[in-house]
Amino acid sequence: MVTKIHPNLEATNAKMNAQGVSVYYGDKKAIDDVSIEVPSKYVTSFIGPSGCGKSTFLRVLNRMNDTIPTARVEGDITLDGEDIYGSNMDVVQLRARVGMVFQKPNPFPKSIYDNIAYGPKIHGFAEGKEELDEVVERSLVRAGLWNEVKDRLTDSGTALSGGQQQRLCIARAIAVDPEVILMDEPCSALDPIATAKIEELIADLNDNYAIVIVTHSMQQAARVSQRTAFFHLGHIVEYGRTSDIFTNPLEQQTQDYITGRYG
Amino acid sequence: MSPAILLLLAVGLGLAGWIAARSRAWAFRRDKDVGRLAALPVYHGWYVALWVIVPLAAFISLWLVASPYLVEQSVLMSPAASDLPAAGFQRDTLLREALAVASGTSPGVFNEAAKPLIEPFREALSRYNLIGILSTLIIGFLCGTWAFLRLKPDFTARTRVEKTVMAALLLASLVAILTTLGIVASLVFETFRFFGMVSPIDFLFGTQWGPDPMGNPQNPDPTRFGAVPLFWGTIFIGAIIAMIVAIPLGLMSAIYLTQYAAPRVRSWLKPALEILAGVPTVVYGYFAALTVAPFIRDLAAMIGISGASSESALAAGLVMGVMIIPFVSSMADDSIAAVPQAMRDGSLAMGATESETIKRVLIPAALPGIVAGIMLAISRAIGETMIVVMAASTAANLSANPLDRMTTVTVQIVKMLTGEGSFDHPATLSAFALGFVLFLVTLGLNFIALRVVKRFREAYD
Repeated sequence: MVTKIHPNLEATNAKMNAQGVSVYYGDKKAIDDVSIEVPSKYVTSFIGPSGCGKSTFLRVLNRMNDTIPTARVEGDITLDGEDIYGSNMDVVQLRARVGMVFQKPNPFPKSIYDNIAYGPKIHGFAEGKEELDEVVERSLVRAGLWNEVKDRLTDSGTALSGGQQQRLCIARAIAVDPEVILMDEPCSALDPIATAKIEELIADLNDNYAIVIVTHSMQQAARVSQRTAFFHLGHIVEYGRTSDIFTNPLEQQTQDYITGRYG
Repeated sequence: MSPAILLLLAVGLGLAGWIAARSRAWAFRRDKDVGRLAALPVYHGWYVALWVIVPLAAFISLWLVASPYLVEQSVLMSPAASDLPAAGFQRDTLLREALAVASGTSPGVFNEAAKPLIEPFREALSRYNLIGILSTLIIGFLCGTWAFLRLKPDFTARTRVEKTVMAALLLASLVAILTTLGIVASLVFETFRFFGMVSPIDFLFGTQWGPDPMGNPQNPDPTRFGAVPLFWGTIFIGAIIAMIVAIPLGLMSAIYLTQYAAPRVRSWLKPALEILAGVPTVVYGYFAALTVAPFIRDLAAMIGISGASSESALAAGLVMGVMIIPFVSSMADDSIAAVPQAMRDGSLAMGATESETIKRVLIPAALPGIVAGIMLAISRAIGETMIVVMAASTAANLSANPLDRMTTVTVQIVKMLTGEGSFDHPATLSAFALGFVLFLVTLGLNFIALRVVKRFREAYD
């Protein structure tokens, strides 16, 4: 099946480019011939019913699927023109450039400070304590968490509320200065107020990063993203500007899904 | 003979009550007007059965204590007992002989004077047997009937049965706790007796150990009861040498098993490792004494250390370390595996390598569990006896040289208790003081381990 691409989609500066990507778990094909561009300074959302492969595809983009022994990836995925599954690509470097935020907030059971400092430390970003302090503060400020936690940086990250934990995880991800941030249903475990804060944050971060967000909420996709891809049964049915997808879908399937008729 | 009969009777009555009550409950249910029963018929059955069996069990245990006394009293009242000697050892022997013949465990009497007592005994025995059986029947029947009469469709039999079961469970756990208390009480008692003879200061701070079990018990030489060399030997072998072996090896194997091993490798490597914990310590002792100790001696001689003995703290400590690897590794394994996958993913997604993830995220998060495992391993190691007896000798020696002979608290406890000294000799009693100290130390370690584990549980909630 061919992905329908909206005709009035303007050309963008592709940060990542996937061409003919298929993913297998053992013999089972989870992603079937997916091609898509991830433009920089845009938020791209992946929508689709559960089990359609959107999270799997997201994890392929920073090779988190490598941790699953039976997973196998075919096709080409490039980051700034470099093949991320190529032999020249160091997976550690890749993940520093392509950060990820998970569905459930997963701060380390360390202090707030150490949660943020973790990435800069392992990548040798900061020389000395002062520079590290700066990175921590900058990341927390950008994640909109600084004012809430600046007086208790030594408290455990797990002691924060769910929404704060998720923003801590976003701060942790941007502390290593990534180029792309992947978000796997980042608000599904949060209440509406915390969700609104995260969405605000995504809008703020938009200027500097290429962001990909997987979401089950149609409203969220419409609110935060400029590009939307509709996944179904392991392939992209339709891809285009978010406004086009939601107001003028090309496929009946997409229409049915976004109007809540199934999925 | 008679307790078995009584118990069988009790069980039989209980079964009868169970069946009767259950069918009565079914009869309630068939009755159209009644509607729902408050409890399943089987609970009605159990309710009556318990009401039969529990009082009977109490009666039977009481009867088993009381009936021999009653039998003896009735024999003493009989005319045949009039020419028995006055209360004392001789009279007891005669009574015992007659009883043995009467109850059929002995073919005849050794002492002629016991002969006339046989017949009264036989009579009394059969009379009290009958009384016992009749009482059992009556008590069982009365209790059962009373319980049976209480059955009604809206009778909450289940909650009552559950309460009884809960009481039984409570009783079971009390047995273990009371036993521990009993052990402590006996240790404390004997320890105080020992400290009445040898001052605690000499015992806890003296540096010479060599109690003489043949010495004058009234006037023990306090300078020979200094337990410091034993404490040192225990710590040196169990907590230092053994841990130097067990902690790194146990941790590394746990890391390999949880993080790197393929599932197929893990599925046979982990049980294989746990078999180590099931090997009897005597077997480790052989290995230490016959293989490791001579090897260490030869190695020491080869690199020019003279005077290395064939029994050494090092040999015992090394083998003990190997023995407790499974304790460390399986606790570490469990607690590393219990760290949520999300932590690992979070770290890997930041661009951390596998080994950075293990060092900086998994081990710190699993640390409380790992520490608890190490604590348990230490308390196991300092309580170990056989390996030390066989590989590190029984000679107390205050030395920092791992090639020296050394001994531990547990070894000396065995030596003192199995020695030739009488039971109230200070040398023998010193074993209790040693045991008491050991008990306090392991109790402390277990307590710390439990506290640490408790904190661990709160980590991800």
